[in-house]
Amino acid sequence: MKKENDHGKPGHKYGMVINLDKCTGCGTCMVACAAENNVSVRPDQSDKERVITWMRLYRITNGKEFPDTEVSYFPRPCMHCDHHPPCVSVCVATATKLDFHTGIVSQIYTRCIGCRYCQAACPYGARYFNWWDAYFPKGKGLDRYLSPEVSPRMRGVVEKCTFCHHRLMRAKSQAYAEDRREIEEDQYQTACTEACPAGAITFGDLNNPEHQVSKLTKHPFTFRLLERIGTEPKVYYQSSRDWVRKLGDNFLPGEYQPVVNKTWMKEEWSTKPGRDTF
Amino acid sequence: MDSVLLPHGVKRCSPWAFFFWTLPWLGLMAWGGLSAFLCLWKGLNQTNMSNVFAFALWIVFDLAVIALGAGAFFTGFLTYIIGKKELKNIINTAVIVGFICYSGAMAMLGIDIGQPIRGWFIFWHANIHSMLVEVSFCITCYLMVLAIEFIPIILENRKLEEIKELRLFGHNLHEIMAVFAATGTFLSFFHQGSLGGMFGVMYARPFAAREGFYIWPWTFFLFVLSAVACGPCFTILCTKLTEFLTRKKLVPDSAIQLLAKISAWLLSLYIVLKIFDYLAWIYGVVPRAGLTFESFFREGPYGIWLVVCEMVFCGILPAIILMTPQARKNQGWLIVACLLTCIGIVLNRFLFIIVTLAIPVMPFDRFWGYLPTWQEWGIGLAVVGYGFLVFSLAYRYLPVFPKERELNPVAGS
Repeated sequence: MKKENDHGKPGHKYGMVINLDKCTGCGTCMVACAAENNVSVRPDQSDKERVITWMRLYRITNGKEFPDTEVSYFPRPCMHCDHHPPCVSVCVATATKLDFHTGIVSQIYTRCIGCRYCQAACPYGARYFNWWDAYFPKGKGLDRYLSPEVSPRMRGVVEKCTFCHHRLMRAKSQAYAEDRREIEEDQYQTACTEACPAGAITFGDLNNPEHQVSKLTKHPFTFRLLERIGTEPKVYYQSSRDWVRKLGDNFLPGEYQPVVNKTWMKEEWSTKPGRDTF
Repeated sequence: MDSVLLPHGVKRCSPWAFFFWTLPWLGLMAWGGLSAFLCLWKGLNQTNMSNVFAFALWIVFDLAVIALGAGAFFTGFLTYIIGKKELKNIINTAVIVGFICYSGAMAMLGIDIGQPIRGWFIFWHANIHSMLVEVSFCITCYLMVLAIEFIPIILENRKLEEIKELRLFGHNLHEIMAVFAATGTFLSFFHQGSLGGMFGVMYARPFAAREGFYIWPWTFFLFVLSAVACGPCFTILCTKLTEFLTRKKLVPDSAIQLLAKISAWLLSLYIVLKIFDYLAWIYGVVPRAGLTFESFFREGPYGIWLVVCEMVFCGILPAIILMTPQARKNQGWLIVACLLTCIGIVLNRFLFIIVTLAIPVMPFDRFWGYLPTWQEWGIGLAVVGYGFLVFSLAYRYLPVFPKERELNPVAGS
């Protein structure tokens, strides 16, 4: 990504940090995301291979027998991979783009031809195809939630998490109306971040040292999903549990380096510049 | 009934026998037509494709028929550019088979995309970095080239040849066929390659990802090589099947043997390079992603046996048979070897498409399986029916095999 935008100032790079130790697996992020983004539903939502869940919650375990079993929940939005997202370069019709000014990987629904090459290329399963026409059952309240800010998707196109891009547009419009050039941290937050009752999700500009996310990413407990294949996700995870961090990537025997003698206390890790040195 | 349309001096079955022969193929096409209608009307929910299996049976069919149809461009290249004159006896078969394969694949792709009406966006909003754009451009152009190559064969029909203008047009087209053969070779090289590149560039899918040369992953070159190795084998198989069904010798052995010999060398080279590719992948790409070769086959319906079949039984074995002159000259062994080669290449495409998607990349995700619906089979098999129908019509009404009359003299002609 370009370091600077057209005005010579550092470009924005919106990203997310999800604290898996705080996540209770309640699924509020999924519901909030679906309601905010007019995500179509199916009469049978149990068909997990075909339903659309921009934010998907995985349940992971340490694989041990009772009483040593441990469970964690793993919310997975689109990773908004940096520099060379696997889905962007493969798209035939330039229907998906990495915005160099925000770091957001967008999807242009009206240009997508539905070839699904991007789905095949994405290792996170973050892209969803509309196998049916959009469906919002009447009389059950879902139709009343529809947001005028987000275009519904037609059958036969791919959709994905946009980091609630329309909220960024809204914040920009607000800033313009108030004659401000910059958007404050709290003025652009995704729906899942706002909805999480445990406060497990933090969202902001990774390029802005004042934003909470850019501080959190330096924590030794921080990792990214499938970091070593080189997708450079802008979604970070945190967990104090080694087995959770280990499940964030594939490791050959002996490769994984546990994080030892660290706690959540800031003074114990703040002297270290970043996770790569641990 | 249709005797005035049949080529001079050859024997063909009665119109009724021919009609009954076409019925199963028309049946397959009707099944495919119904499936296509349902998919276009109700959407791709008629298939068993999913967000996991974004590519499925149709893409396997597409890649398979395009590889098998490579005999057209490669035989054209050998005949018109290299100047192997004996291949003129088989070039028509290669062109028709190629045309069937490519047009069938294009039709299938039209149904496979979620928004078929937006198909032209590939050309209008082309993303030049996408391998699929290269595939689309080259296949579309090459299908036109194949149509141009097919026209002179159609114009050789007895009735059409009576029209002077058409005869002249066909003859002149025939004269400049080397230009189209060269264009076809160029286009085919790039789309066969970019079909391989499509999978090699998926760097976040370690099962498919490959390193490469400049912007082209090794799969780019391996797909070209595998296609030119198996294309002639498929042309031989089609010829042998026609000979078996018509109980006639249609192509001199010299042409078949030359194609088989060339295929043998190319297949051997391909297998050697493919072994290196597997080794480089197993010891390079895979461990860098934190995985092992065995970890790809830990669960699920797809096992290492697929790779063993691809490389040993459908790779090394047919290469040895085709390289051995005595075995190659034996009709039975030749057919077995050609069949195994074609199966091997289809297996290779299957591995790159289905197995790549079945294997989860996230450590906590699961393996997936997939079975096509009758609609998916319908559209796939419709291409087979279409192929049989077009080839049967071509054989009946066009002088597809130039040596047929010489090899099968009809009394009184």
